[in-house]
Amino acid sequence: MSSNTGVAASAVDAADASRLRRARVFTARRFISGIIALPTACALVVILGAFLTPAPEIWGHMLEHVLPDVTRNTLLLVLGVAVSTTLLGVGLGWLTGGCDFPGRRFFAWALMLPMAMPAYVMAFVSLGLFDVLGPVQSALRALNPALPRWVPDMRSTGGVITVISLTLYPYVYLFARGAFLTQGAAAVDAARILGDSPSRAFFRVALPMARPWIAAGLLLVIMETLADFGAVSIFNYDTFTTAIYKAWYGFFSLEAAAQFASLLVIVALVVHGLERFSRARMRFTQAGRSGEAGRVRLAGWRAWSGTFSCALVFFIAFVAPTLQLVAWSAEAFRLEFDGRYAWLLLRSLTLAGLATIVICFAALALAYVRRGNRDRTTAIATRIATLGYALPGTVLAVGVYIPAAFLDNLLMDAAGRLGLTMGPLLTGTAALMILAYLIRFMAVGFGAVDAGLTRITGSVDEAARLLGARGARLLLRVHAPMLRRALLTAAILVFVDVLKEMPMTLMTRPFGWDTLPVKIFELTSEGEWERAALPALSLVLAGLVPVMLLIRNTEQEPASGRKGG
Amino acid sequence: MPRAVTFRFTLALALTALSLPSLMAEAADLVLYSSRKAHLIEPLVEAYEAKTGLDIAFTTDKAAPLIARLEAEGEHTPADMLITVDAGNLWSAARKGVLSPVDSPVLEKNVPEHLQDPENRWFGLSLRARTIVYNTDQVDPAKLSTYGALGDPAWKGKLLLRTSKKVYNQSLVAALIAEHGEEKAEEIVRSWVANLAAPPFSSDTKVIEAVEAGVGAMGVVNTYYFGRYMAKNPDAPLAIFWPNQESTGVHVNVSGAGVVRHAPHRKAAVAFLEWLSSPEAQNMFADANKEYPVNPAVDPSTEVAAWGDFTADPVNVAVFGEKQADAIQLMDRAGYK
Repeated sequence: MSSNTGVAASAVDAADASRLRRARVFTARRFISGIIALPTACALVVILGAFLTPAPEIWGHMLEHVLPDVTRNTLLLVLGVAVSTTLLGVGLGWLTGGCDFPGRRFFAWALMLPMAMPAYVMAFVSLGLFDVLGPVQSALRALNPALPRWVPDMRSTGGVITVISLTLYPYVYLFARGAFLTQGAAAVDAARILGDSPSRAFFRVALPMARPWIAAGLLLVIMETLADFGAVSIFNYDTFTTAIYKAWYGFFSLEAAAQFASLLVIVALVVHGLERFSRARMRFTQAGRSGEAGRVRLAGWRAWSGTFSCALVFFIAFVAPTLQLVAWSAEAFRLEFDGRYAWLLLRSLTLAGLATIVICFAALALAYVRRGNRDRTTAIATRIATLGYALPGTVLAVGVYIPAAFLDNLLMDAAGRLGLTMGPLLTGTAALMILAYLIRFMAVGFGAVDAGLTRITGSVDEAARLLGARGARLLLRVHAPMLRRALLTAAILVFVDVLKEMPMTLMTRPFGWDTLPVKIFELTSEGEWERAALPALSLVLAGLVPVMLLIRNTEQEPASGRKGG
Repeated sequence: MPRAVTFRFTLALALTALSLPSLMAEAADLVLYSSRKAHLIEPLVEAYEAKTGLDIAFTTDKAAPLIARLEAEGEHTPADMLITVDAGNLWSAARKGVLSPVDSPVLEKNVPEHLQDPENRWFGLSLRARTIVYNTDQVDPAKLSTYGALGDPAWKGKLLLRTSKKVYNQSLVAALIAEHGEEKAEEIVRSWVANLAAPPFSSDTKVIEAVEAGVGAMGVVNTYYFGRYMAKNPDAPLAIFWPNQESTGVHVNVSGAGVVRHAPHRKAAVAFLEWLSSPEAQNMFADANKEYPVNPAVDPSTEVAAWGDFTADPVNVAVFGEKQADAIQLMDRAGYK
């Protein structure tokens, strides 16, 4: 196994011998990628089909009065979030993954927790905390009746960027930390033996090696930022997404909304392309054993500033908003809480669990097909299958619902002609919900699995084949242990994402299948944010469990890869 | 491989279980799609179930997705009734052809003419008044008069508004267009923007908070947000003012419902709609959210009545739907975010 070789990874030319073998096209595999991409393709066709119904008047108005502003705002937002999540995610990932300092073990998983906080909840909570009547400004006023000028205005571009970054940085953190853990240590050791200082070793060795994983996390962050509606509308910050909803809810034109949404698809494709291009001629591999030996031990003020940075981020991104939610929940508890909460929670967890299994399997299948087939069809299928993440949820929900209802109606009509009565097979069933989640979160599962698979080089396969492991045996005995962490990452990310998902859940849920986000929607859409604190808090708590599981599993890392060969 | 077989069996079982809920919906006697929220609808549903023995199923979402859903489901829709907030949404649903006319003497008697679709495809069920809230320490109510007068230069740096993306403000501006014509309405909106004390907020409650804190002196909000706020902060120096009493009257919108065109249980849906407009249900419908009943024979709750009597704008609320697109374009031009 390569995990013991201790050779530093480097970018090598991709043309190696096994590539010739892979060039052989396996039609069956391509068929699989096609099947996985099909539901998303249907939704995209419906959304793109909106161009058949031009809406020149709305476009004219939007181009003149709306799009210039929202384009600027969206660019600022995406740029700001990308930069700050990278800084936070990589910085904290290096601290907990590559260094040692007091409290490291605790912060390793604690810093993941903000992920369980939906951005729209964080947005509302932060406004509640910093508004004129909120605790922060009230306290300042109590100290000094003339409100000091330097109180930051949360309802600003900086405020939106901060709030979204604080909920999304865990994506980058998780990927970056994983990369530093599995391959940083030995390489950094090597660099330091050759005379580099710890920081130089980080910038010259660890960081460049972690690049594809950081990029994978960042890609998810950018797509989620593009699609965000909840958080930006709480700040009344106009972005491309709010323009899409203006066309739909305001001008009553789903067609125009879908047309604007299609532009987001193009942006997502460009971002994807950039990411692929940036590592087109590189190959990354697992280098060196991971583990405790290689950590940079911080001492003195360095150690404590490490602890302080982690504590600060943890407090701002998790402790403070959670405390605010707890305070509100205590007020609303008597009004809100009843036995139904157990059902809401159970349904949320069941759906998220089922969806996670389905999505992880699909992601694994797709990642394998793409690994073995570098042809154009597979590349296109992969790209299509992962596009759902960049679309605003409600638009995508309609894109899913229309073809599903169309199919149901066809079947019901056919049954009717045969003199049979039947109900819908898809619409109104949890099966459609799972399908909808698959379409939306494929990118998340695929990103994590693919990042893991990238590490298993062709030489591992070669070695295994020489030893007689092929097909399923190769997969189960050799790849599976090496992919454990990647699969877990995928599972947790998907699970938490599904748990938080609102618009698709609203549209596709069967009668009576209310979940926690549905409850939050009900209360917030009537402006009752404080009452929504209880379901929001339950959601955060439900999200904590898998996050802790994940971190525990990645902490007890060593030896996992050794059973195979 | 027995494990694989077990796995497939479990999967098949899970899929079957997953499709069961749709069969349950098939069994209901009446199915509602509602953008009015569950906790406001539920007491009514339960009361009606107890009264008639019917089994009612409902699901909630925003209005636009529900309408899109009805369009997609077409003649196989399980839904009998669409309940939504805001006349604009009802107007849009009717225009997209998902609702069908209901000729009912009961509804004609219970719902005033201007609160229902001229073609009877939807009916208002509760009334929501959008009015002025002001800080009693800072504003002499004698100086307030109309919505338009909020743009008076005397109020520079005093006015607080919610975002123009909220349909309540789109309807308000649509009403201004209906009253003054587009040119004058745009002037008014521009004068509002010039008077803003802070960028528009994302909710009425935030507007009320900011009025209390003195960020500005007055704002425009729906009365039930005011009621909710005062219930929590009874000592807040806030009061409401009824504008346009010398002219068109206070701007009112409705929440309402219509019977779905391809409703599988049309008769039951019409009966339920009639019941919702009846004195028996009207208080339950309106009071749950501190709104006003539409049925003139029914009085608002004492809490709501305490805010005082007012003359409401008699314009047909369908106008808000017709002029919504114009209103949004106008607000975009005027720089009202």
